[in-house]
Amino acid sequence: MSAIKTIFKRELSSYFATPVAYVFLVIFLLLSGLLTFWIGRWFESGQASLMGFFSFHPWLYLVLMPAIAMRMWAEERNTGSIELLLTLPVTLRDAVIAKFLAAWIFAGVALVLTFPMWFLVNYLGEPDNGVIFASYIGSWLMAGAFLSIGACMSAATRSQVIAFVLTVVVGLFFLFFGLIQVFGGEGWLVETAAGLGFITHFNSISKGVLDLRDIVFFLAVIAGFLAATMVVIELKKAD
Amino acid sequence: MIEIQNLTKRYGGFLAVDNLSFSVAAGEVLGFLGPNGAGKSTTMKMIAGFLSPTSGHVTVAGFDIEQSPMQAKQALGYLPEGAPAYGEMTPNRFLNFIGDLRQMDAAKKKSRIGTVIEQLGLQKVLEQPIETLSKGFKRRVGIAQAILHDPKVLILDEPTDGLDPNQKDEVRNLISGMAKDKLIIVSTHILEEVHAVCTRAIIIAGGKLLADETPEKLEARSRYHGAVSLRADNTEAVKAALEKVPGVQAVEMRRDGSLTAIAKSGAAIFAPINALIQTEKFVVHDLALERGRMDEVFRTITNFTGVTASSAAQPGANV
Repeated sequence: MSAIKTIFKRELSSYFATPVAYVFLVIFLLLSGLLTFWIGRWFESGQASLMGFFSFHPWLYLVLMPAIAMRMWAEERNTGSIELLLTLPVTLRDAVIAKFLAAWIFAGVALVLTFPMWFLVNYLGEPDNGVIFASYIGSWLMAGAFLSIGACMSAATRSQVIAFVLTVVVGLFFLFFGLIQVFGGEGWLVETAAGLGFITHFNSISKGVLDLRDIVFFLAVIAGFLAATMVVIELKKAD
Repeated sequence: MIEIQNLTKRYGGFLAVDNLSFSVAAGEVLGFLGPNGAGKSTTMKMIAGFLSPTSGHVTVAGFDIEQSPMQAKQALGYLPEGAPAYGEMTPNRFLNFIGDLRQMDAAKKKSRIGTVIEQLGLQKVLEQPIETLSKGFKRRVGIAQAILHDPKVLILDEPTDGLDPNQKDEVRNLISGMAKDKLIIVSTHILEEVHAVCTRAIIIAGGKLLADETPEKLEARSRYHGAVSLRADNTEAVKAALEKVPGVQAVEMRRDGSLTAIAKSGAAIFAPINALIQTEKFVVHDLALERGRMDEVFRTITNFTGVTASSAAQPGANV
């Protein structure tokens, strides 16, 4: 069995070893439902789509993804188990990937558990299921991007609280990049900044177009932050 | 099997390990001694491949830990300081996890896990989360993890720290029992331990190697080596008589009234003192030849260079 698979399995089961995972899932489902029905006025909108549901995801993830990611490396550093893990015959790259994948799959499970929304909208009307499927994929990719930021911030500190706050702050930047055009301004700088925004790419996917560029964008963010995670771990090992 | 050449670790301006060189062969149990902050843990972390040296080389079982880390790590078992583990896992799952990461096949893993559970007496706690276990059991789980793949090289950072005397004894017996076919490095600041388990002792302070000898030779450096301690009635008269024995350099009296006659270098004073007691008919309760006091040697060596145990200069205890 490869190292990635072994560490992935351990990490994923560690999420469910404590009640925290279940609390998280309940909060995620409650919040996404509340935002959709109450703030998004889903019933009043009279549209058979999940636009209202997905439009809150960037903001929901801004707070909830750091909560999943914060323990990823901070806890290892705090308990000292990082020293155990990295003196086993495992490469740092495999460990970083395995831990990230476990968090990403966990986020995916939370997302999949919102399936009653999909059923409901199909029961009430005739939505474009292609758009909804694309939106789910986009949402999961965006969750991965937030989690990769979280992995990097978690590697920088042994305090999970600090990891959480740092992730929210960095995540906010990536959300605001996407809103920069709303505030006006033009030119290549604004264009570039907007191009880095999570919301820009997420919205484009959730229109139902699985454009390769948007997918590549999120995968590149993930790869970039995981590479940064490795650098941070190497730099901060001695602490 | 372990070669260490000019190993140096620098944290900013702080020199934690300073140009350390030594080698250790199979069958040796090397005690790694030094005051807190001496660089023991840093050295062990570099040998185990956790920290990269600033300069110098570590070779484990023929593999350079920087060039071929996977092979080197496969050849060694490591117990980090404080025996960290994944607290929410049970020892059973934890050992299976370690076995998988060490790429043991199912049958080998099962038989080895059975063996180490037996060796470390983990039967009763197999299904309890590690975080709920006592310090002694946590340490045993850590050692079980380190020896699971039956490594040629075993590195144990303070394996008995914080254990009660019975547990300490168990761990020492375990180490001695494994010593035949392995190379074991044990760091400790408990000096009695060196005698109990080690065939060789290295003393470092301020990151520098200060002594590298057998425990017996280290003790021989003591001014108490070859000294004779006794307790007698009429202490003053006995003290005066002892001082006149040839070969006796000085006689010290301790608070409890016992006397220690210190020998001049190389002089054998036990027989003459014994004869003196017979002829003078002193009433003597205890009479013992001292091998030397390890703690005194340790203090002399580590203070000699003007190195104080500066744990204050240790880098980053927190973020």
